[in-house]
Amino acid sequence: MNAEIEELYQEVILDHSRRPRNFGELADAAVRVHGDNPACGDEIHLGVKFDAGGGLQDIKFTGHGCAISQASASLMTMKLSGKNRAEVMEMLQAFHNLVTDERSEAPKTLGDLVVMRGVRKFPQRVKCAMLAWRAVEQALEQGTGEASISTEPA
Amino acid sequence: MHQIATRAVDWHAIREDFPILRERAHGHPLIYFDSAATSQKPRAVIDALRRYYEHENANVHRGLHELSSRATEAYEKARQRVATYLGATDAEEIVFTRGTTESINLVAQAWGGKFIRAGDVILLTEMEHHSNLVPWQLLAERTGARLRFVPVLDDGTLDLEQLASLLTGEVKIFAFTHISNSLGTINPVSELCQKARAVGALTLVDGAQSAGHLPINVEELGCDFLAFSGHKMCGPTGIGGLYARAEILDSIPPWHGGGEMIVSVTLEKSAFKKAPHRFEAGTPNIAGAVGLAAAIDYIEQLGRPAIFEHDSNLANYATQRLSELPGMHIFGPTKQRGALVGFVMDAAHPHDLTTFADQYGLALRGGHHCNQPLMRRFGVPGTTRASFYFYNTTEEIDQMIEILSAAVRFFS
Repeated sequence: MNAEIEELYQEVILDHSRRPRNFGELADAAVRVHGDNPACGDEIHLGVKFDAGGGLQDIKFTGHGCAISQASASLMTMKLSGKNRAEVMEMLQAFHNLVTDERSEAPKTLGDLVVMRGVRKFPQRVKCAMLAWRAVEQALEQGTGEASISTEPA
Repeated sequence: MHQIATRAVDWHAIREDFPILRERAHGHPLIYFDSAATSQKPRAVIDALRRYYEHENANVHRGLHELSSRATEAYEKARQRVATYLGATDAEEIVFTRGTTESINLVAQAWGGKFIRAGDVILLTEMEHHSNLVPWQLLAERTGARLRFVPVLDDGTLDLEQLASLLTGEVKIFAFTHISNSLGTINPVSELCQKARAVGALTLVDGAQSAGHLPINVEELGCDFLAFSGHKMCGPTGIGGLYARAEILDSIPPWHGGGEMIVSVTLEKSAFKKAPHRFEAGTPNIAGAVGLAAAIDYIEQLGRPAIFEHDSNLANYATQRLSELPGMHIFGPTKQRGALVGFVMDAAHPHDLTTFADQYGLALRGGHHCNQPLMRRFGVPGTTRASFYFYNTTEEIDQMIEILSAAVRFFS
């Protein structure tokens, strides 16, 4: 089997893409973000609930897309539950570095998310990996109500 | 050129004419199944470009020196070559453009700008490439014209039963593709043109997927405009053309302004050349036109009927082999398709499939193929497409099936 394919589609990623965690509607979400990757047709609907301190209490998603976008969303929701705003933003930056920068050394805080590192060899797939993260970034910025983002800004 | 007799072409031998087919991708021999996006170029075309730049390069239509005469002659000979290839009566019915997209924009903006009024109807189909949709949306927005669409049936063909109620007297132009770039459907062009003419509508044929693949004669098709791209028919990128029936082309005002397209200019106003030069402002893509003529010579030596037969055999073989794979959904007509197959597999998303295939040297296309409304019509975000040209082989299709089988095992 091809090494770069094995690196990109690690077993954890395939598992999360087949059985995404936190997949579903979040009934009492404070903010809902529709994320769209028009180049691929990937879509995500992300619901977020905040705790008293403004941290992420609960986060769920629905949508469809490639294995990379689905697994990335699934892994992200697991990782971000219970994190405060500053931790989320820091992790977003670290994750972006992980999937784009050949030389990036992943900080320990990323934990399981390092399975996504294979994406860095596939520049055309970075947007797939980042879609859910762009949605959560928008959720934090907006805080309440409905929002939408696109990986191809108009 | 490896032609044995007038009919029998050695399709394996002609692969030698395409230097790029010896390339490897990710350590594997290249299998290029993306010719619907752009075709590869035979040495004859690459050599023609080199020869032009080494022996003929100068600007056209204005130099009084030897090289300018050579360049002008080569450029105008290329125009004649295109006219003959498309069955146009006169070389002056051919405008050189950057390709299909620019050709359609020329018609929508210059012809549409003069002749389309609020309330007029522009008839399109649901299977149009964005390049035969967006220019008309822009025109409709500017003029208050309305767009109508011939629906696509589940089998990927046009719903011709609806045509009578759509193709009414309000329709000023009916623009449609000859071959769908994601379904492979070959539309009945002559029939559609005849019906349009009967209600007084003009017709524009998007020939991007057909011009290099099957015999085309604009007189027999009865179309008013035909747009095509050189790079999808063995020619260089950045050159293509628009065929327009002479009396219509003469009625269209200039589009881009600049040098080359004028007779005389004062500070206040200008007088313009006649068609087609009126539509070719600025220094044209001279080398591109020369390369396109060489591409046409190459295609004509093989023969378009033979190319069509070979491509159809490849598409039929691929369709049959693909349908043996588990969880396979093939789009488009089962019979009479152009040289491409679009499909979706339960095992993997089109992008995962395309990434996987690429690592084995197999170039497929995954995504919406500039057909977003059509993808929505079929309820998919995108498809994977394998598209063929005469330099492809059934052995390559067998290898594709091996790779896709491995993908099914990997992703399931």
